Amino acid sequence: MDLSFNAEERAFQDEVRGFIAKNLTEEMKRATALTPSVFSDPEIGMAWQRALHKQGWGAPGWPVEYGGPDWTPAQRWIFETESARAGVPNVNVMGVKMVGPVIIGFGSPEQKNFYLPRILSGEDYWCQGYSEPGSGSDLSSLKTRAVRDGDDYIINGTKIWTTHAHHANRMFALVRTSDGPRQQDGISFILIDMKTPGITTRPILTIGGDHEVNQVFFDDVRVPVANRVGDEGKGWTYGKYLLEFERGSGIASAKLREGLKAIAELAESDLTGRAIDSPDIATRISEVEVDIDALEMTELRVLSALQTGQNPGAVSSILKLRNSEIRQEVTRLGADVIGHDALAVEPMRPLYKLNHEPAIPEEMLTVMPEYLNGRAYTIFGGTSEIQRDIIAKMMLGI
Amino acid sequence: MDLNLSDEQRLLRESAERFVAESYDADHRRKMANDPLGFSPDVWKQFAELGWLALPLPEEFGGLGGGAVDVGILMEAFGRGLVSEPYVATVVLGAALIDRCGTTEQKQASLPKVADGSLKLAFAHSERAARFDLAKVATSANKTAQGWRLAGSKIAVLDGHAADEIIVSALMHDHHGPSGRIGLFVVPATAPGLAISDYARLGGGRACNIELSDVHLPEDALLGDGDDALPAIEWAVDRAMAALGAEAVGIMQTLLDTTLEYTKIRKQFGRPLSANQVIRHRLADMAMQVDESRSMALHAALKADGRPIERARAASGAKAKIGKCARFVGEQAIQLHGGMGVTEELEVGAYFKGLVAFDTLFGGSAHHYGRHAELGRVAMTT
Repeated sequence: MDLSFNAEERAFQDEVRGFIAKNLTEEMKRATALTPSVFSDPEIGMAWQRALHKQGWGAPGWPVEYGGPDWTPAQRWIFETESARAGVPNVNVMGVKMVGPVIIGFGSPEQKNFYLPRILSGEDYWCQGYSEPGSGSDLSSLKTRAVRDGDDYIINGTKIWTTHAHHANRMFALVRTSDGPRQQDGISFILIDMKTPGITTRPILTIGGDHEVNQVFFDDVRVPVANRVGDEGKGWTYGKYLLEFERGSGIASAKLREGLKAIAELAESDLTGRAIDSPDIATRISEVEVDIDALEMTELRVLSALQTGQNPGAVSSILKLRNSEIRQEVTRLGADVIGHDALAVEPMRPLYKLNHEPAIPEEMLTVMPEYLNGRAYTIFGGTSEIQRDIIAKMMLGI
Repeated sequence: MDLNLSDEQRLLRESAERFVAESYDADHRRKMANDPLGFSPDVWKQFAELGWLALPLPEEFGGLGGGAVDVGILMEAFGRGLVSEPYVATVVLGAALIDRCGTTEQKQASLPKVADGSLKLAFAHSERAARFDLAKVATSANKTAQGWRLAGSKIAVLDGHAADEIIVSALMHDHHGPSGRIGLFVVPATAPGLAISDYARLGGGRACNIELSDVHLPEDALLGDGDDALPAIEWAVDRAMAALGAEAVGIMQTLLDTTLEYTKIRKQFGRPLSANQVIRHRLADMAMQVDESRSMALHAALKADGRPIERARAASGAKAKIGKCARFVGEQAIQLHGGMGVTEELEVGAYFKGLVAFDTLFGGSAHHYGRHAELGRVAMTT
C-alpha cells in the first residue's frame, strides 16, 4: 500500500499543473471563486472546455476512440485534484459527464458522429430534462409524453430544476412513450434541440439569489424519432446508467478541501476578527477536515479497486451522501465564520462583474449564497433519503 | 498510489480472521472476563507461532519488519472477536518503544523474546493529574550511585499485571533538580517497591494502577542515552491509536453484522424490523460510519511513518472520528436490539463496551479534535 505517486504519475501531475498554469487566466479564476452556484457561467466554463479540448483532455472519462485521453483512474484523480486546487471553472458536465457516456453506450453511429465532437469542442451546451413538478425522488412516475406522429414524436409536458436550460441549446430528456405495467416501462431517452418551436423556459430563483435552474414547458414540440437514444421504452435503463455517473464521479474531496481552506483563511483573517481564535470554530474546522480526510481515503480505496478492475458497488451512494453532507457543513461553517457579515447577501449577479461596491469584502461574497444554495446538495441527484435506501438495499440487503 | 492489499496482506487478513472466528466465541469471552489473567497463555503461544508477535519488529532482532498497515489488518481481525490478549501493550507500545529508544544491547535483550512469546511488556505512562497530556509526568527518576530511584503513581496501564517488564516514564532528576527530560525505564515486574493493583478492563482484558515507592534500578534500566523521550512517546501513542482504531473498526463491523441479522429476524407488528425505513436508514448510517472509520484507521496507519506533525494529525483525526463513529454505531446497535441490547445475555453489550473503552483510551473525541486543531495551527505557522 502506498499513498504516494510513482514517477510516471508525478510526471503527469507536472503536466497537468503546467497546462493549468498556462491556460487558467486570472479572470477565469476570479470568476470561478466568485460563483456561488454549482455551475460556472457558460462564458467561463466553455472557455475552459475549449482549452481542455485543445489539449485532448475535453472528456476525461470517455474511451479513446471518441476523443477521451485514455487516463488511468490515478491520472483522473490527479487531474481532478489539480483542477480543484487551482480553482478551474466547471465545464458543462451535463454534456461531458452525463449525456456523453449515454450516447457512447447506447447511441446510433449517426448520433455519436454528430453529438460527441460538439460536446468535446464546447459547441453544444446541454441541459438535463429529468425531474418534473410531480416527479422528484419518484422519478419514474414522470408524465411528459411523447406521441409518435410519422417520423416525429410530439412532446407535451414540463420539466423542472433544469440547470442552465436558459443557456443550453440541447436537452436530453426522459419522456413517456407508452404506459407499461411498471411505471419504469415505456420511458424513452430523447435528445431535444432547445430552439424547437413550442419550448418555453421559466427561470426559478434559488434562495441564495442565483438563477441556475428553470422550469421548461413543452407544447406540441416536434422531435424527430431519430433523436431517440437506444430502444423505445428502455430509457429508464439508460437514465439510471447516467445517474450512476452523476453520483459516482467519485472525486470530490479535493474540491471540498479547497472550500474549507477558503473558510479557514477567512477565519484567520482580520476581516472576521480572527474567528479561528474561538476554540469552537477551530475545532469545527478540524472536524470537517477530518471528514474530508475520511472521504478522500474512501475515494482512493474505490480508485485502487477500479485500477485492478474490481467493481466498487454501492459505495457511489456513500460518496454522494458524504460529499453533499460535508459540503453543507463547510458552508455552514463559513456562514458562522463571517459573523455579522452573513446579514448582507449581495443580490446582483454575476458577482465577478458587480458595478457597485458591495457591502462586505469580496472574499465573503459567496459565503452566504453558498450556504443557502447548498441546501440543495442533499436533494439533487437523488436525495440523501434515497441514497440511504440504496445503501440499505445494495450494501446491506434489506 | 495503490491502496489494495498485497498478497501477503490478504493472507494475513484471511488467517487472522479465520483464527479469531475459530478461537473466540461467547463462551471463551465470558471465561476470559472472569479469568485473573484475562487472556489465554496458549493463545499467546499461537500468536508467536503465527508470527504475529514478530510482525512489526525489525528483522535484525527476530522480527518480520511489517508496518502499521499490517498491524492494522491484524487489529481489525482482533476487534471482530474482542481478542483480549495483551498485543497492544506488548508489541504495539512496549516493543516499539524499546525499538525506537533502546540501545542495540537493550533491543537484543528484549525484542527477540517478544517475538518468540517469552517476554510480555506494558507501558506505564498516564497519571491522574495529567489527564490526556502526554507531556505531563510527575513520576520522578533520581540518579543514584548505582543507577536510578523511581517514585510515583501510574494509572490505566494496559495489561501491566501480565507483563514481565513494565516500561515506566519518569521525569529525570539530577543533582540540580528536575532536568525537564522524560526518561523511559524498564522495570521488572518483580522489582521491590513496585505495587500493581489490577482490574478487569472495560471491554475485555485487564488494566492496572501502579505505585512506585522508591524502586531502585540499575543504570541500564534507562532506555537509550537519556534524551528526552517525549517525541518517542508521542510517536508510540500515535501508532497505538492507529492500531486501536483498526481494532475499533473490527468491533463496529461485528456489531453492524449482528444488528443487521437481528433486525431481519425480529418481528414486530407482523413484519421484520428491517422492513421499516427508519430502521433501514439507521443501518445505512451505521454502515457508512463503519466505512468512514475504516478509511480513517487506514489513513492513520499510512501516515504513521510520516513527518511527526502529519502523523500526529492523522492519528488524532482518526482517534476523534472513529471515536465519534464508534459511539454512534455502538449505541445504535443497542437501540436496535431493544431491551435485549442492554442485557448481559447478548454480546452486544460486551462489544459496545469495547468501543467505549477505545474512545476513552488516550483521550476521547473532543480531546483529539482539539489536538488536531492545535497541531493544524502549528503546521500553519512553521
